[in-house]
Amino acid sequence: MESQAQIKRLVDEHGKDDVIVVLGASDIEGAEIAAETLTVGDPSFAGPLAGVSLGLPIYHILEPEVKAEVPADVYDESAGIVSMIVDTDEVSRKFKAIRENVTSE
Amino acid sequence: MLKGKKAIIVGERDGVPGPAIARCILAAGAEVLFITTECFV
Repeated sequence: MESQAQIKRLVDEHGKDDVIVVLGASDIEGAEIAAETLTVGDPSFAGPLAGVSLGLPIYHILEPEVKAEVPADVYDESAGIVSMIVDTDEVSRKFKAIRENVTSE
Repeated sequence: MLKGKKAIIVGERDGVPGPAIARCILAAGAEVLFITTECFV
């Protein structure tokens, strides 16, 4: 909840231009809930982002298109192990769909 | 996609932690606005 408040405060301060969110959850369903919270609002209506649609572009560090922008040695050291146990293609599909849903609103 | 962007990072202790994501994001040419690492226990 505290993270929601801090993120809301940051967006209020910096605006949304050029701001992106990058998640690192290993559980994809959990990542989807976090993504929903930071795009269309807290689905549980429990936190400061309840009913607040930030509409931020959201990515997951394990998406191949994110990996492609990071030097290989840095990526392997930072996210390489988790990328071996998570279905990165599924992550990519889900997060692309989330971004498309946000841009179509 | 990442270069020149300002990143809000939400990592996970049992996934990819915030500081690890930040290393990737900085190496890709983005700026980091906020880092957190969430955990459930």
